[in-house]
Amino acid sequence: MKSLPVYPQPQRPRFWRSLEELEGIERREETSQEALAWAKGMDRRELFKFGGVSLALAGLTACTRQPTEKIIPYVRQPEEIKPGTPLFFATAMPLSGYATGLLVESHMGRPTKVEGNPLHPASLGATDLFSQASIYGLYDPDRSQSLTYLGEIRAWPAFLSAMRLAVEKAREKKGAGLRILTETVGSPTLGAQLRALLMELPEAKWHQWEPANRDNAWAGAAMAFGQPLDPVLDVSKADVILSLDADFFSCGPGHLKSVADFAARRRTRNRTAMNRLYCVEAAPGVTGASADHRLPMRASQVEAFARTVAALVGGGGGGASSASPFAQAVAEDLKAHRGKSLVVAGDYQPPAVHAIAHALNDALGNTGQTVSWIEPIPVKPESHADSFRRLVADMESGAVETLVIVGGNPAFTAPGDLGFAKALDKVKVSAHLSLHQDETSTLCRWHVPEAHYLESWSDARAFDGTASILQPLIAPLYGGKTAHEVIAALTSQPERTSYEIVRDYWKDRMGGDFEGAWRRALHDGVIEGSASARKTVRAGSTTGREGQAPPLRHEAGGRTDLEIQFRADPTVYDGRFANNGWLQELPKAVTKLTWDNAVLLAPATAKKLNVASEDVLRLTWDGRSVEAPAWIVPGHAEDSATLHFGYGRTHAGTLGSKTGFSASALQSSKALAGGSGLEIAKAGRTYALVTTQHHQNMEGRAIVRAATLEEFEKTPEFAHEMEEAPGPEESMYAHYPPHEYAWAMAIDLNACTGCGACTLACQAENNIPTVGKKEVSRGHAMHWIRVDRYFEGSEANPATYHQPVPCMHCENAPCELVCPVGATVHSAEGLNDMVYNRCVGTRYCANNCPYKVRHFNYFHYGTQFRPPSMRMLANPEVTVRWRGVMEKCTYCVQRITVAKIGAEKENRRVRDGEIVTACQQACPAKAIVFGDLADASSEVSNARKSPANYGLLEDLGTRPRTTYLAAVRNPNPSLEKTGVWDVERKTS
Amino acid sequence: MSDLEPTTPGGPTDREIIGPGHTFGSVTDKISSIVLTRKTPMFWTVGFGIGFLLTILMLFAIGTLFVRGVGIWGVNAPVGWGFAIVNFVWWIGIGHAGTLISAILLLLRQEWRTSINRFAEAMTLFAVAQAGMYPILHLGRPWLAYWLTPYPNTMALWPQWRSPLVWDVFAVSTYATVSLLFWFVGLIPDLATLRDRSKKKLPQIVYGMLAMGWRGSAMHWHRYDMAYLLLAGIATPLVVSVHTVVSFDFTIGIIPGWHSTIFPPYFVAGAIYGGFAMVLTIAIPLRAVYRLEDFVTLRHLQNMAKILLATGLIVGYGYMIEAFMSWYSGSPYEKFMMWNRMTGPYAPIFWGLMLCNIVTPQFLWWKSVRTSPLGLWIIAVIVNIGMWLERFVIVITSLHRDFLPSSWGMYYPTGFDWATYIGTIGFFVALFFLFIRFLPMISIFEMRTLVPEAEAVKEPEP
Amino acid sequence: MKPRRPPHPLHGLLAEFETPGNLIEAARRAREAGYTRMDAYTPYPIHELTEALALPRTKLPLIVFAGGAIGCATALGMQWFSAVVHYPINVGGRPLASWPSFIPITFELTVLFAAIAAVLGMLGLNGLPMPFHPVFSVPRFALASRDRFFLAIESTDPKFDTARTAEFLRSLGAREVNEVER
Repeated sequence: MKSLPVYPQPQRPRFWRSLEELEGIERREETSQEALAWAKGMDRRELFKFGGVSLALAGLTACTRQPTEKIIPYVRQPEEIKPGTPLFFATAMPLSGYATGLLVESHMGRPTKVEGNPLHPASLGATDLFSQASIYGLYDPDRSQSLTYLGEIRAWPAFLSAMRLAVEKAREKKGAGLRILTETVGSPTLGAQLRALLMELPEAKWHQWEPANRDNAWAGAAMAFGQPLDPVLDVSKADVILSLDADFFSCGPGHLKSVADFAARRRTRNRTAMNRLYCVEAAPGVTGASADHRLPMRASQVEAFARTVAALVGGGGGGASSASPFAQAVAEDLKAHRGKSLVVAGDYQPPAVHAIAHALNDALGNTGQTVSWIEPIPVKPESHADSFRRLVADMESGAVETLVIVGGNPAFTAPGDLGFAKALDKVKVSAHLSLHQDETSTLCRWHVPEAHYLESWSDARAFDGTASILQPLIAPLYGGKTAHEVIAALTSQPERTSYEIVRDYWKDRMGGDFEGAWRRALHDGVIEGSASARKTVRAGSTTGREGQAPPLRHEAGGRTDLEIQFRADPTVYDGRFANNGWLQELPKAVTKLTWDNAVLLAPATAKKLNVASEDVLRLTWDGRSVEAPAWIVPGHAEDSATLHFGYGRTHAGTLGSKTGFSASALQSSKALAGGSGLEIAKAGRTYALVTTQHHQNMEGRAIVRAATLEEFEKTPEFAHEMEEAPGPEESMYAHYPPHEYAWAMAIDLNACTGCGACTLACQAENNIPTVGKKEVSRGHAMHWIRVDRYFEGSEANPATYHQPVPCMHCENAPCELVCPVGATVHSAEGLNDMVYNRCVGTRYCANNCPYKVRHFNYFHYGTQFRPPSMRMLANPEVTVRWRGVMEKCTYCVQRITVAKIGAEKENRRVRDGEIVTACQQACPAKAIVFGDLADASSEVSNARKSPANYGLLEDLGTRPRTTYLAAVRNPNPSLEKTGVWDVERKTS
Repeated sequence: MSDLEPTTPGGPTDREIIGPGHTFGSVTDKISSIVLTRKTPMFWTVGFGIGFLLTILMLFAIGTLFVRGVGIWGVNAPVGWGFAIVNFVWWIGIGHAGTLISAILLLLRQEWRTSINRFAEAMTLFAVAQAGMYPILHLGRPWLAYWLTPYPNTMALWPQWRSPLVWDVFAVSTYATVSLLFWFVGLIPDLATLRDRSKKKLPQIVYGMLAMGWRGSAMHWHRYDMAYLLLAGIATPLVVSVHTVVSFDFTIGIIPGWHSTIFPPYFVAGAIYGGFAMVLTIAIPLRAVYRLEDFVTLRHLQNMAKILLATGLIVGYGYMIEAFMSWYSGSPYEKFMMWNRMTGPYAPIFWGLMLCNIVTPQFLWWKSVRTSPLGLWIIAVIVNIGMWLERFVIVITSLHRDFLPSSWGMYYPTGFDWATYIGTIGFFVALFFLFIRFLPMISIFEMRTLVPEAEAVKEPEP
Repeated sequence: MKPRRPPHPLHGLLAEFETPGNLIEAARRAREAGYTRMDAYTPYPIHELTEALALPRTKLPLIVFAGGAIGCATALGMQWFSAVVHYPINVGGRPLASWPSFIPITFELTVLFAAIAAVLGMLGLNGLPMPFHPVFSVPRFALASRDRFFLAIESTDPKFDTARTAEFLRSLGAREVNEVER
């Protein structure tokens, strides 16, 4: 308890809370001083010190604790298993009901790194931001560590008896008054448990709520097919893709597979026909940035656009005459690729748009080709908005006596119009299972610390239905409980462990030899043949669907025609990752903001409103208002403002609290995605936002080199014509003799979507510290591989390019030349080595590095900002750097060494592809290739042979070992003539 | 004390380098009495007090730096060097005038150097002392600074000889040593004078020890002259080399705005420029308060003003060529760098520099300005500021926007940056006040060679 | 080789003159009179005395040159040995023996060694530091560092004879002649 800052008790009616308030006051005095310090506004260093010291015991004892049940390691090289070498265990991370399969590296029973599971359909060996960073959440020092009743520590049995009491009371009324609130339940076992419970207590109700839900998708499917269904996309088969405000590269079921399939068709070096992506969206996203044609469009215009395209494709009259050239071009392109095209609708678009998209795919004969349909993965596909609204209504009417909230943080995520927090007062018995003592916990009477998924037995299913068993990598650090155990607490056998529950569920579902199947399931991370059967469905024709379409957008009756749209935050998602330092510090793909969210506006709109970035705005919508800083984003749709919910947490923890503003306060349960009628007024203040990239354009320098497919086919070596560079042999000095190995990296700018997974993976692998908002703002960020983002063209609708920049490992390295103590020197294998303990910190090397990829420990980041529990997270293979020392990308030299030792043991050369750098491993687009140049047949050698291969700032004669494959976009010739921007003008 | 008043009312004209009517005795008594007999004046106490307090401020800033780390300064990525290096180059530059006056002007037989070389050399020493601190302070791990020097160790670890920072270590330490030797050798005969003239025991012992038993034997003087001449001959190329090496810190780098062949000559010119400005800044008040108009005459001031003007023009030429070359190079990076200096976020500093270093010295074309101590002093101070701005422009504006626009950033000094800078100025002042209190600020034995009695027996120069 | 004479009770005789001119004149006359073991003490260097007393050339320049040469060799040797022999490693793809980069340090060490040689050489040849010297025992000698000029004829001079030499010195216009105790 001591490590947790004590927060002011929430406001409640005095008549029955006075006692607790008294207690609360006493507690605030007699327990933890950091509450006082907090009031004083202590800096993160001190706070971590407090948190850390108190945690040391729990944390350090935990690091040797093994789960009692047998778990099966994922064996990479079975014949080489040795103590001291890390083991890899397969598990999966559930997020909003869908699983991503993972392999978790474990050093002596201490999980240190999350990697993708190649056998898992939703991972294919890659990871997204959330799974990559989830291990930080496991060791988060602010995690809740004890079960509490009204803030007082209680034992698990006390909770069990309390629950039994409540359930017995409810049983008399067949369960009436008992409510369970979960997030999207994707675990079959949990689903079965809940079903069983409801069977037993028919009057009890199970509600689901999370803000980033699939309400629209399911409603749309219902409109099209008469039942909610989940799509399984096969982007690899699609030549032409149309995204209707769908950011299906960065989130949503199977996004990692979609990226992989998309990127596979973009590589200039393997001669597959290149696909073409059209994207209409309001806020520039990862998908839009990779699009060949992106059209900024207010969310409300998307449906009209979709209808036009549908009409053009279906040959029906509807709006075809007034169709914009863009819509016509898209329609033509789609028609020209029947069966080989794909239309995707975004989760935040109204059901009608989904229906139209489905119908379009049908009409184009894509169904069964590029998209097929399965039963929804989540156990109960229902509208979260409705389910939640019903619950709150019942709570207000007093119909709810017992509310068990399993996961989630409704008190924070609830739309502002519902007043969930107030309604919660009316509930007599409320319990909340969560990782943190968060906003909801402080409002509930019971709080149960949740077990992190890396501490849990459970199961989950991928976007295509493939099921995985979640196995714990470590026993719960703080005695957390799983959802299974909490639900079990409501049944007649409250003591069952989740291990038993999960095993029992699968016993009769895993066929003949259960033990064997179980072992294999744990080992592989997937249950063989568990993928759902494809359904053959027909969507009705697009025409005539207008009638059925529900009211499109919520009109809040504001005076302006300004539009507001809510989206989950790109890095902290719906707020559950707010206390995750890695995600907080990761620059958001397009805005490059860290540690904050902002109101995203188009430059033109900002000009119209006379608003500059960092001006604090007062947003009023639907009768509620919040104050938030503005951030101008080139390429954003005009007259529209994008707000990311997930920030503005008050009880997130040391890092997450008091960052950003809460957008959910402004949200409406009637229109979660937002709507029109937004009013914006300047508050007259400014708020400092922190970005890692201040300058957005290339100043006409050949940094990211791009061309159209046409140009590329005409002159494949265009990248070299953009800048003359000295040839490899043009040097004043004789080259050093070649060595057995020559490590090199090639990054395919055509495949990179700029998601930032590489940055996180690198941070996790190399013990890179997070430094906090203030330090980032002072230019002290530490990421070894950063993703630069450049805009090109008009600010209203620029082309966006992403460029990951790790150390170039120059063969004539400017940094090495100027180091006075030889702390950075060249290895025979071509690595630009950094000798930490020789470095005195003149920073001359960083000054002289033209790529600015060297990062300096201005303070004692490595340990100051790292409480003991976080030290368990550190990768033992990598030094934790000291204050005053320079650091930078090493090409994951520790992985190179491991591979070389292995190869030497077998007396052979390292095989191509045997060494996988952390960034390469995480990249869903497989944009990063690493290997040995001395081996002419290696993948990296081939990549460098490509005519599109070029070195960054090669003209300086640095001879970089990291090279880039130029970006090649595949625009529609009929649109190129006018240029996308002109088209957009005509449409609006 | 009658011998302190100028012997001719109104003092010497701007042609003489010593007031009329002085004898061996009068120069000796006048200068040595400042140290030995006169009671410490008020302004000394005040001046030294201020210097001392600022020194305490500096120590506080340095203490914090060592405890918390170099992050308390404004340095960041991309601007890895900030005030520390700016001040380092500024102080080193100031030092140059001293050596120049004592060495080069000696070789050129410029007799007017005699009365100013002593405190000019002291200024050099104290300035180098300030400069020498910065490269160590700005290290991430200052306690390991000795790794930059070659010393025997079991791990075969040596400095990396290709790094200009190592050259710096050798250049600056050599410069400091040679300046100290030069200064001390010059002091020996005067220390003997103080030994013989002091009435109290303690000074007699201290000065006696420092004088090492100097007795003015003809053979000694003979070797002494030779040694002094040789030192001057050695120090002359040294003074040129030191700032050249300092400029290598930048020219060896590949950063646009650093990577330039013009740096060595115009760094040296700049150093002399700033150095003489500092000599004037110190000499003018000094001659006023200690009534030394007889020894530091208007002619001295005029000559220094002329050197100021000449070096000022060289520096201006340097700026011009730098701008021209960045355009002529055709390199987009170079062009942008110059354009960014003139119009970028740091443009005011660039134009301020032009105002201070190019425009201001033009007033020195007028003799009326050159011979007006107050006017000269104001110009000198402005030039000192200008030279500091020059180093700021070179270090910061080159770094903050280099090759990849994605990594562009800004540099803002923190309170600790300022505290350290102002602190070293205070330290410099404190040291200087100690010097004028305890050592003859003008070379007595050399002044003796200027009095008429000495002139009488001199053979005409060959 | 004649037998060594017993040490003379006096160090020599010290004659005080008012002006440098008198001193130079006196020195010249004394040498013409055949005195060889003489020394003059003046408040500032008087070049004319060099020939008046026929002082030998000093070998200081040689010492300084030697110092410089040693410095140069040391610098080049140290850099070459450490970069090529002792700790050879690829730095920025430059050759191990990057001679141009070795020049600045070579220069600096040359200067440093030469300067130190000059100062130590001068002090050494002058036999300094020498806290005591017989001439200091003459009270008026303190003026040698102000405005008086002294000529000493030492007892080791073969022509030295206390009475006659003193007489001779007075004849040169010495303001005063003192016996210097040993």
